[in-house]
Amino acid sequence: MAFSLVYLDSISSPLSGASLELIAAGRRLGDPVVVSAQPVSDESVAELGAAGVSGVVVPENAGTEAHTNFLTFETQLLAIALSETEASGVVLPNSLNGKEIAARLGVKLNAGVVTDAVDIAEDGTVTKSVLAGAYTTQARVTEGPLIVTLKANSVEYTAPAAAEEPDLLEIPVEDPAPGARVVEVREKAVSGRPDLTAARIVVSGGRGVDGDFTPVEDLADALGAAVGASRAAVDAGWINHDLQVGQTGKTVAPQLYIAAGISGAIQHKAGMQTSRVIVAVNDDPDSPIFEIADLGIVGDLKNVLPQAAAELRKRND
Amino acid sequence: MGSPNPVRVLALVKYVPDAQFDRHIDSAEHRMVRTESILSELDEYAVEAALQLKESSAAGSTVVALTVGPEQAVNAVKKALQMGADEGIHVSDPAIAGSDALATSRVLAAAIEKAGPFDVVITGLSSTDAETSLVPAQLAERLSVPLLSFANSVELEGSTLRITRDSDAVSYVLEADLPAVLSVTDQANEPRYPNFKGIMAAKRKTVETLTLADLGVSADEVGTAGSRTVVVASEERPARVGGNVITDDGEAGLRLAEFILAQKVL
Ligand SMILES: Cc1cc2nc3c(=O)[nH]c(=O)nc-3n(C[C@H](O)[C@H](O)[C@H](O)COP(=O)(O)OP(=O)(O)OC[C@H]3O[C@@H](n4cnc5c(N)ncnc54)[C@H](O)[C@@H]3O)c2cc1C
Repeated sequence: MAFSLVYLDSISSPLSGASLELIAAGRRLGDPVVVSAQPVSDESVAELGAAGVSGVVVPENAGTEAHTNFLTFETQLLAIALSETEASGVVLPNSLNGKEIAARLGVKLNAGVVTDAVDIAEDGTVTKSVLAGAYTTQARVTEGPLIVTLKANSVEYTAPAAAEEPDLLEIPVEDPAPGARVVEVREKAVSGRPDLTAARIVVSGGRGVDGDFTPVEDLADALGAAVGASRAAVDAGWINHDLQVGQTGKTVAPQLYIAAGISGAIQHKAGMQTSRVIVAVNDDPDSPIFEIADLGIVGDLKNVLPQAAAELRKRND
Repeated sequence: MGSPNPVRVLALVKYVPDAQFDRHIDSAEHRMVRTESILSELDEYAVEAALQLKESSAAGSTVVALTVGPEQAVNAVKKALQMGADEGIHVSDPAIAGSDALATSRVLAAAIEKAGPFDVVITGLSSTDAETSLVPAQLAERLSVPLLSFANSVELEGSTLRITRDSDAVSYVLEADLPAVLSVTDQANEPRYPNFKGIMAAKRKTVETLTLADLGVSADEVGTAGSRTVVVASEERPARVGGNVITDDGEAGLRLAEFILAQKVL
């Protein structure tokens, strides 16, 4: 069987669910070889082996900050790994960084890139959702390796029957491309709530919260849910842009999505309409959000949300 | 702020199906149906960023709007001219239809090189039709210049361009020396509307039309021949249907709690 490459930004111990999913996708395309620009500990190499990874490629002097150019180094590393392994495909995370590396790699190798994948078949057919979720398409590459960025929570990981004992290969990488310099990297504060794109339940607030996200956050906490927002709420400065759901924010597909004070603009729906169940709370009965809601409540969110949160807490006791 | 020397900025614009209407993919060729099209909303941020770079830099700075697309796509350039761009370039050739990002970036890079020296090439965050976000990085790679992408804010100081960019865990401050490729998000600015003066002035601005032959690109480097991806199937997802709508009688919160518990997602 041919190799496939799986690019991981960082490798935690134990391996994150996101890393395992990428490896699971890689396994469909070949014997997975993990490529990372960060150093990989012996412990992590063993864990990668248990996940079915047959090799690990890192640059010489990984993590020493010898390179300062943004993402061109990672691209070069993958390009070398690809020519050494003659892998049939490369799987990357569907993050901004993942897409940027994939794009560059496509030009370097004159290879096809598919972004936003939600599934990858063993024959290399990639499934994705397009036009704000209106269509599902399947794409393939016409020749050469497949470069694909995979959305989180798309592919299920199952442990392989037998563990591998992967070799760690250190390769020399020079960074030839003119790159952007990293001037500053700021860690973001962590909220303590579940991650928006991975949460089983999301409670989102829009312009209708009128400056006060407390009812939305309170219901989210009663449910152990993530908090989301419309762009109107983000633009008003009531909540951080990281929590925006929609075309230019996050795409979410939770088991339950509760939209409060959100009208249901096409750009918002683009980020949430594949949720399993949708609930809308809005005081305007003509609001388009009701057209896609499994349960619609015409009412003031300031009354409905706290009452629901209180009831849920009562039932939990 | 800005550059003490005049800068030449290229704003890349795309003509895309308007998301306010139902958008379709034809079932035979699996290609986007391109009626009811407009300048991609996300490219308005690119045009605005270009205009701001021009306005903060020395007199004599210019903004060129560039599009690749069929005949009607010139409308995307015209909108950019109305917003304030100085000149337009429209690359149009039947062979280009069906190009993927890889092939499109090849045409754009050739057009940019043909257009002469530039300081900044600006794109939007992604097109609103294919939404891949691949083209900016592919252009940087082809033009061999640095890339500053997904910028939430942009600052030009002399010949150094600086941006902020967010990822989930961290936010970055990145900088690069000109010339560079820049892509901006919808957080970067507030695009201006064309005003009466702008609309009138645009009528006197020129749009140069170029074919592949003018760019020295052969037909087998673009379209399906020059692409490395092909869409093999497309299926319209059944529209979601709304369910029960209730009006709050003072106890809708209790109904909501019941409904949530019945979903068995806790
Ligand atoms: C290029 C582009 C990209 C965009 N990307 C995104 C995106 O990623 N995500 C996104 O969300 N939007 C996006 N938008 C914006 C989008 O078009 C809408 O403007 C936005 O989604 C509206 O947010 P909203 O529903 O909160 O506000 P509104 O449309 O103003 O709706 C507010 C709703 O709250 C209701 N309401 C008011 N008070 C109450 C109350 N007390 N109780 C209950 N209900 C109440 C009102 O009836 C109304 O329906 C984008 C737009 C553009 C042009």
